[in-house]
Amino acid sequence: MTDCYQPVKITNSVYWVGAIDWDIRDFHGYSVNRGTTYNAYLVVSDKIVLIDTVKESFTEEMMSRISKVVEPRKIDYIVSNHSEMDHSGALPVVASHINPDRIFASKMGVKALKQHFPDQDIPVEEIQNNQTLDLGGKTLRFIETRMLHWPDSMFTWLPEEKVLFSQDAFGLHLATAERFADQVRPTVVYREMAKYYANILMPYSHLVSRLLDSVRKMDLKIDIIANDHGPVFRRDIANLLSWYQTWAEQAPTPRAVIIYDTMWGSTKTMANIIAEGIYAGGGEPAPMPLSGVHRSDVARELLQSGGLIVGSPTLNNNIFPTVADVMCYLKGLQRKNLVGAVFGSYGWSGEAVGHMKSMLEEMKVEIIGEQKIQYVPGADEQRTCYDLGFSIGNRLSQNRR
Amino acid sequence: MKKYVCDVCGYVYDPAEGDPDSNIPPGTAFEDLPDDYECPVCGVGKEDFSPEE
Repeated sequence: MTDCYQPVKITNSVYWVGAIDWDIRDFHGYSVNRGTTYNAYLVVSDKIVLIDTVKESFTEEMMSRISKVVEPRKIDYIVSNHSEMDHSGALPVVASHINPDRIFASKMGVKALKQHFPDQDIPVEEIQNNQTLDLGGKTLRFIETRMLHWPDSMFTWLPEEKVLFSQDAFGLHLATAERFADQVRPTVVYREMAKYYANILMPYSHLVSRLLDSVRKMDLKIDIIANDHGPVFRRDIANLLSWYQTWAEQAPTPRAVIIYDTMWGSTKTMANIIAEGIYAGGGEPAPMPLSGVHRSDVARELLQSGGLIVGSPTLNNNIFPTVADVMCYLKGLQRKNLVGAVFGSYGWSGEAVGHMKSMLEEMKVEIIGEQKIQYVPGADEQRTCYDLGFSIGNRLSQNRR
Repeated sequence: MKKYVCDVCGYVYDPAEGDPDSNIPPGTAFEDLPDDYECPVCGVGKEDFSPEE
């Protein structure tokens, strides 16, 4: 086994022993253009605990880091905060190698792990919400966070050192050699946090709000947030919680995301002119050509918007495929409090605009305009697009605080 | 008796079928489910269900 990988000390008793995935760019359809990390942690007290593991292909990297802290067979317990395979993939191999006394997961976690590894009898025990585990001098407390973002999800809290192991919550897809967020450019951290929230947590925003409330009520002291992806937070925790609070509220902003694709440039012309109108009307246009923008970047932009404006040419009586892709994805993310409009050029039948309108209606977006143009928009039709944009901008300007 | 949908994961509670995984017999109205009833799929509580439209 390699011994090149080093652990990182987080507190007196906590070590980061995860893996850095510099290589990944497609994370189940989410474009991770800065790679990611799979974070696992060792808590070293009288009892030694491994919290979460890594994606299976990174098992050796994790074991190498663990070995620099303790002899792996001395690990007493494993805690699985989240069953998704980027955190549990290494579990069967690691469990058989380490042979810990006990392995813990939430009630739904036990169920999920058994279904992930159906042919391997991993002896996982259920741990109750709010239950504590005495490590001799240190304590772990478990807090279920169901559907944030899977049924099995749970937090583990180490009160003596005020560390919250938050699994995917407060995560970000960002591969860095530095292990702490304050060592990374703040704009990069903010952007990747927002992108992660939009793509992974947005549909569960009401549960996020509820969780933040209960964390406040429980008066959990948190100095460090040890997440499952990206750098660890040891500063500005209140700031981080307030970002989540804001995103979970899903308040509309003056920004309008304009997603579109084009065949011969007409729908693009419409998009450009609608953007001009939106700005003149007091909104903030953000055109995103789907020939080059990834759906997960659209989701990030939409998190901080108030309008979703969708443009598509009609291709063979249907929506253009890139637009259909993104609409299908956004529907699942359930961004609330949006106004919307649809537009597009067509040759002879022009069904796309109607289809997009139905999609927006299904997404419960309030539709405030539509514009359909045959072939190429002339000066009069361009003026109509401008007016449409102006009225959208006007409406969105009401969201300015 | 009305069906109820889990707002979080989309599971539908059908009173005609009950919820065998949670030992709820067929014919149990949603209103009569115990207060600590949990969605068998995602585990959220009764407050996260809405009547099916």
